[in-house]
Amino acid sequence: MSKRIDVNDLNIFYGKFHAVQNVSMTIEPKSVTAFIGPSGCGKSTFLRTLNRMHEVIPGGRVEGEVLMDGRDLYSKEVDPVDVRREVGMVFQRPNPFPTMSIKENVLAGVRLNSRRMSHSAADELAERALRDANLWNEVKDRLDKPGSGLSGGQQQRLCIARAIAVQPEVILMDEPCSALDPISTLAIEDLIEQLKEDYTVVIVTHNMQQAARVSDRTGFFNLEATGRPGRLVEMDDTQKIFNNPAQQSTEDYISGRFG
Amino acid sequence: MSTTPPSARTPAAVPAPAPDRSPRRGQVRRPGDLVFSGASLASGLLIMAILAGVATFLLVQSLPVLTADPGEVTGEAGFAAYVLPLIVGTVLASVLAMAMATPVAVGIALFVSHYAPRRLGASIGFVIDLLAAVPSVVFGMWGWQVLAPRLVPAFAWLEANLGWVPLFAEGSNTGRTIATASLVLAVMILPIITAVSREVFLQTPRLHEEAALALGATKWEMIRTAVLPFGKPGVIGGTMLGLGRALGETMAVAIILSTGGFTWNIIGPGNSTIPAEIALNFPEAAGLRLSELIAAGLVLFVITLVVNLVARYIVEKRSEFSGAN
Repeated sequence: MSKRIDVNDLNIFYGKFHAVQNVSMTIEPKSVTAFIGPSGCGKSTFLRTLNRMHEVIPGGRVEGEVLMDGRDLYSKEVDPVDVRREVGMVFQRPNPFPTMSIKENVLAGVRLNSRRMSHSAADELAERALRDANLWNEVKDRLDKPGSGLSGGQQQRLCIARAIAVQPEVILMDEPCSALDPISTLAIEDLIEQLKEDYTVVIVTHNMQQAARVSDRTGFFNLEATGRPGRLVEMDDTQKIFNNPAQQSTEDYISGRFG
Repeated sequence: MSTTPPSARTPAAVPAPAPDRSPRRGQVRRPGDLVFSGASLASGLLIMAILAGVATFLLVQSLPVLTADPGEVTGEAGFAAYVLPLIVGTVLASVLAMAMATPVAVGIALFVSHYAPRRLGASIGFVIDLLAAVPSVVFGMWGWQVLAPRLVPAFAWLEANLGWVPLFAEGSNTGRTIATASLVLAVMILPIITAVSREVFLQTPRLHEEAALALGATKWEMIRTAVLPFGKPGVIGGTMLGLGRALGETMAVAIILSTGGFTWNIIGPGNSTIPAEIALNFPEAAGLRLSELIAAGLVLFVITLVVNLVARYIVEKRSEFSGAN
């Protein structure tokens, strides 16, 4: 249930704007990969190219290759809808569907895949996803209540449950804790630790301690100047990036000298 | 690193300095606040007063017919027997119009808000809004002179093929039927339903649309999971506005319909609606007949009220899930 991602020479554009330049990297299965970097450096943009969500924004396009277990996500015959069914995503702000109950939210993705399910199978799947998202005990008595009634941290775990209910190969997280309080952040970080046993997890974060805590490998994105495309400065084992980075600008960023 | 003990992982909570508390609410009354709260209160009271005035007028003027001897009322069977066919005719015409207009309006609104290129969407929206500016008498003339004759073959086909349904029992030769009137009403209420639906669809939070797309939804599935549920209360509200307009529409129906007694046959002559009945008979009415017509107006007033209450109930029932919390 987890796949390896190879990115070769990826360039990302919005219309004429060159957002990210020449990114190449390998993301290992069953590991947590974190992207750090100053605002506007293109790390979120890059993350969104991994499930073709950047195409949702008018003018978004890429040049280069993103290979998932060798298959190019951007080849002509690949439907972005299928890509997104294999590569789940969790957003910066928790976004459960307000018109659905907690259970309906968890099952939303599964229902899209138009699998016919019996009631008991649906209940079972919802329970498993919620347990895997460490949310079951908090919501098991109110599965039919609206998801928007939960706290921010619970909503975010509900979104994670919704993402893993469809059993994706990869889970992308775009600053999943930036709208959460410290306790909820801790809960999500614990969850990320567990998720990597089954999934390939890629996380963008502004919080360098978070990257250091949860990730196995870390990529540092930066841009030379405003208006210039962002690029991947260096990527290595998290331990190495935070203790002994190869590039001066990485050192400057993680020691708080800019960004 | 991932091996850091849990106790060290919780960032220390730094207490923020308490902000200066402004004076308790109600102590300082700024003139601007006073003017605005006064003005909005006055507007609110004004609308209540107008409504109460209309209701009182209708009640007082219709009292004579409510207390009159049944034999003196038109039809000589009492007011209820007189007004009931009119009520059914009014509701039938309006509900038919709503049933025809709502799906089309929602479709247009979705196209404008989510499918059309921005510029095309804007111009279509503009054209639809323009439709709302056409006076109802023009719609009436069009329905009578242009639409009605062209519908005669359609009615004949319905009679021939679906004649066993009571609604299509016998086709009209002039096309001046309740079905024609409903069709024209549908065109008339299309702009309002479209405009309201388009606005709510455009307001669907980007986050929810992206949530659906990221789960692997196609565009239509995204609209079904995120846009339509979010816009439902708005669509219901717009539909009720349209229904209200259809219920009260006078000129178009009065011109198109060749009125008569109530019949389920919607493709033949017959039926009438309360506004049309009032408009057609008001000029020559006096005394008890006048009171009768005003009482019919009162009934229409009540129907509209009930429709709005039902709409509000439908919207409120699921307000927990509206996303407003």
